[in-house]
Amino acid sequence: MPVLSEDLRQAIENYTHRYATRQAALLPALHLIQDRFRCVPAAAIEELADLLDLHPAQVYDTLSFYGFFRDAEHPLGKFRVWVCRSLPCMLRGGEDLLDGLCRYLHVEPGQTTPDGSFTLEYAECLGACELAPCLLVNDECHGPLTLEAARQLLDQLRQQGGQHGI
Amino acid sequence: MEFEPVLLRHLGVPGIQHLETYQAQGGYQGLRRALELTPEQVVQLVKDSGLRGRGGAGFPTGVKWGFIPKNHPGPIYLCVNADESEPGTFNNRILMEGDPHQVLEGTIISAYAIRASVAYIYLRYEYGRAYRILQRAIQELYDHGFLGRNILGKAGFNLDIYLHRGAGAYICGEETGLIESLEGKRAWPRIKPPFPAVQGLFHKPTIVNNVETLACVKHIIERGPDWFRSIGIPPDPNNPRDMGSFGPKLYCLSGHVNRPGCFELPLGITARELIEKYGGGVWKGRQVKAIIPGGLSMGFLTAQELDTPLDFNGPIKAGCLGLGTAAVIVLDDQTSMIDVLYNSCRFFAHESCGQCTPCREGTAWMAKILARIRRGEGYLDDLDILLEIANGIGIMPGTTICGLADGAAWPVKTAITKFRAEFEDYIRNSRARLHPVREPIRSH
Ligand SMILES: Cc1cc2nc3c(=O)[nH]c(=O)nc-3n(C[C@H](O)[C@H](O)[C@H](O)COP(=O)(O)O)c2cc1C
Ligand code: SF4
Ligand code: FES
Repeated sequence: MPVLSEDLRQAIENYTHRYATRQAALLPALHLIQDRFRCVPAAAIEELADLLDLHPAQVYDTLSFYGFFRDAEHPLGKFRVWVCRSLPCMLRGGEDLLDGLCRYLHVEPGQTTPDGSFTLEYAECLGACELAPCLLVNDECHGPLTLEAARQLLDQLRQQGGQHGI
Repeated sequence: MEFEPVLLRHLGVPGIQHLETYQAQGGYQGLRRALELTPEQVVQLVKDSGLRGRGGAGFPTGVKWGFIPKNHPGPIYLCVNADESEPGTFNNRILMEGDPHQVLEGTIISAYAIRASVAYIYLRYEYGRAYRILQRAIQELYDHGFLGRNILGKAGFNLDIYLHRGAGAYICGEETGLIESLEGKRAWPRIKPPFPAVQGLFHKPTIVNNVETLACVKHIIERGPDWFRSIGIPPDPNNPRDMGSFGPKLYCLSGHVNRPGCFELPLGITARELIEKYGGGVWKGRQVKAIIPGGLSMGFLTAQELDTPLDFNGPIKAGCLGLGTAAVIVLDDQTSMIDVLYNSCRFFAHESCGQCTPCREGTAWMAKILARIRRGEGYLDDLDILLEIANGIGIMPGTTICGLADGAAWPVKTAITKFRAEFEDYIRNSRARLHPVREPIRSH
């Protein structure tokens, strides 16, 4: 059984029409795959290489450059929470927010809570410095947040549970 | 004359993200006007306006467009640089979320001018909201004949716009890193020349422009180059190479101010006015200790340098790298420059793409040295070592491929030269606490 389902292959194929080379569809394809599996499984790398006429090493080369993609041993939790640690956020308490959330969730940056709800990460400037200190839940920004407000936000998300995103 | 905002004029108008409302507000008149002209005439108007790129380098937009080889059979590509990752900078996001059609109108006009048939918007992944807003807006444009073939009935003008999401890497904002990333590779900036205008995406002529630059193009076509040149600062008569700093600018203000935000003002406003009049002053009744005039890469201005005009020249005259993205970060008088510089060095070490040894090693060592100083184990000599590294990495000394290394170096150079006493005191005092008897013998 291939890892990439027919509809996923079709979605990737559709992206290739946008570009002059099939390789250019790689980043969109990796996003589709990680959205589906919460990681990029090793088998998917091979199949994707096949689909885009690449060597698996080329796929891995690109994938590994971006700290964004996860292997099967480190899948993302339901919510990926990025706490900004760059200067404008730091000046308004970003590091304390990150620290506080690590302690609240009992994880280090990069780790996922045992129940699979949250992956907590540090981020560099999220481009929302007027909202400092801020964080991203999947790809939606929240700020400015006190530690207390951030904890409440996470509690709410955990309760919503079931669905992806917010 | 009271300055009237144009780029942010429609922000907050209900429904402005929709084509219908945007058109009711006069939207796409710029595009209609452009289509009455030849592409060459549009390029000329942009040249005449003196518009300089808003993405950080300040290169004249019309001049860059002119580098595309004449009579090229195509395809020619336009890349909209929406990677916006310079710490402190968020105006592209505000434009895309708040008034997406303004950005798209500027994109379509610019594509027409350079004869591009495809435009890619390289959007940083973190801008999920902007992604969804732009996606909807682009669909509207296809549905109403503003994209696709023979746009608005103009025979032969075909354009597709595609959104392309990044994956969280600062270096994808460097224009050739962006191109490599778009091609599905790691974002290693290319050696130039060839410049993208000659050989860029998929080996074809390519123009990379910032979101704000393209938004300005729309207004230049609508209101004319003279209007644009009536705003800002004329060329410095003592500098024959200066092209002036014209037009409105979106200043981002963050850090220790009462009202952080994005403000549209004429190029050349002073840092002091920006902070006091628009930012509501420094928070908690404190004083300014230092500011960053244009995104983290630019380095620091001291409290004594607050009257520096924020045009393309002002920050350079005060020892900074440039105006950058005009993102002003304010540090109050309680801030430790050691913490700030450590944060900066950590950022650049994290974001170096690693292909040039001076940058990869230099940024990593600067971050390590600062971490050591910060935990109280610094030596006075470290400051000169830091300066030596900072002076040795970058395009300016000619040791690296892209400007990331210059951006890493300038905060170090300006912090240590302008705030040396603070670093020395910190090192001396923390040493004294660690080793109350005498300085230890250095082991390396
Ligand atoms: C390390 C680095 C990061 C950059 N990041 C961005 C960015 O996020 N957005 C941007 O528009 N320009 C960025 N630039 C500048 C681009 O290389 C390029 O000059 C710009 O996109 C050109 O557009 P403009 O002429 O409209 O300003 C960056 C440059 C460097 C060296
Ligand atoms: S200067 Fe740094 S970021 Fe730029 S290409 Fe070289 S290693 Fe990469
Ligand atoms: S520094 Fe946190 S969003 Fe810019």
